[in-house]
Amino acid sequence: MKKREIIIGLLLSLIVAGIISWFASSLPDGLERVAADKGFLQKGEIRPALKAPLADYGVPKIPSERLATSLAGIFGTLLVFSLAYLLASQLRNKRS
Amino acid sequence: MHIPDGFLETKVWLSGWGLAIITLGWSIKKVNQALQEKTVPLMGVMAAFIFAAQMINFPVLGGTSGHLLGAVLAAVLLGPYAAMLVISIVLVVQCLVFQDGGLTALGANILNMAVVGVMGGYGVYYILRNVIKGRRGIILGTAVASWFSVVIAAIFCAGELAISQTSPLKIVLPTMTLVHFFIGIGEAIITTLVISFILKVRSDLIYK
Repeated sequence: MKKREIIIGLLLSLIVAGIISWFASSLPDGLERVAADKGFLQKGEIRPALKAPLADYGVPKIPSERLATSLAGIFGTLLVFSLAYLLASQLRNKRS
Repeated sequence: MHIPDGFLETKVWLSGWGLAIITLGWSIKKVNQALQEKTVPLMGVMAAFIFAAQMINFPVLGGTSGHLLGAVLAAVLLGPYAAMLVISIVLVVQCLVFQDGGLTALGANILNMAVVGVMGGYGVYYILRNVIKGRRGIILGTAVASWFSVVIAAIFCAGELAISQTSPLKIVLPTMTLVHFFIGIGEAIITTLVISFILKVRSDLIYK
């Protein structure tokens, strides 16, 4: 992959996570829908085993939902990019 | 279909963690043997794109939404082993940073989406790509496999819910399968569009 292609791919992902995410459907997903219809949704409404910092793609102290979604999306995209890149280069280095 | 905490019984989520760790260890070993230089940045870009795309829920029938899983998208470009790692990284970040899927259920979520979704989907793709030669095989294989990856992951999820006695198998299996039958169509459309585009501009990126 050329440098230009990496930047284009990353930029496209950032636009999807940072802007197109505003227009995502807020309807329940397949599992949530089945859980609600079949009466076991409340089983998941317990205190989570771990309290995640940006729960539900929100950012504390950022009241604007759109801005929070954008920041969460951009942060998450850059984080998974870095982690996957790092892991891949580690695996590559270990071999050579 | 990110399972939250509370849906799975202890022995089920512990088994999920066990199986996830074993398969990820195995895929790290496989990737280590055969990772190409060009795959390194592609793994990063695929993780970024799949994470971003998973934020975009699209409506399906009757008040339900779905989003891309990306298992076959990753597998067609990276091969199944690197794809399992990429989907797992996305799931781990979603769980630890965004509370998307429970920490106890993370093993089961990795098992369903990263392992079963990737291996099941890639299996179907591999067969079709070899039976039907050329571009047509890649595109048709991608379409069928990406639909299948979502349905097979949902079936595993339903099985885990049933073993946990969260919902009886005869109820949860048909409902999970039916909903994901439709979500899988969205998966197939998005995955096929992206792979067709990559076939046009950079066909050498397709994993051989």
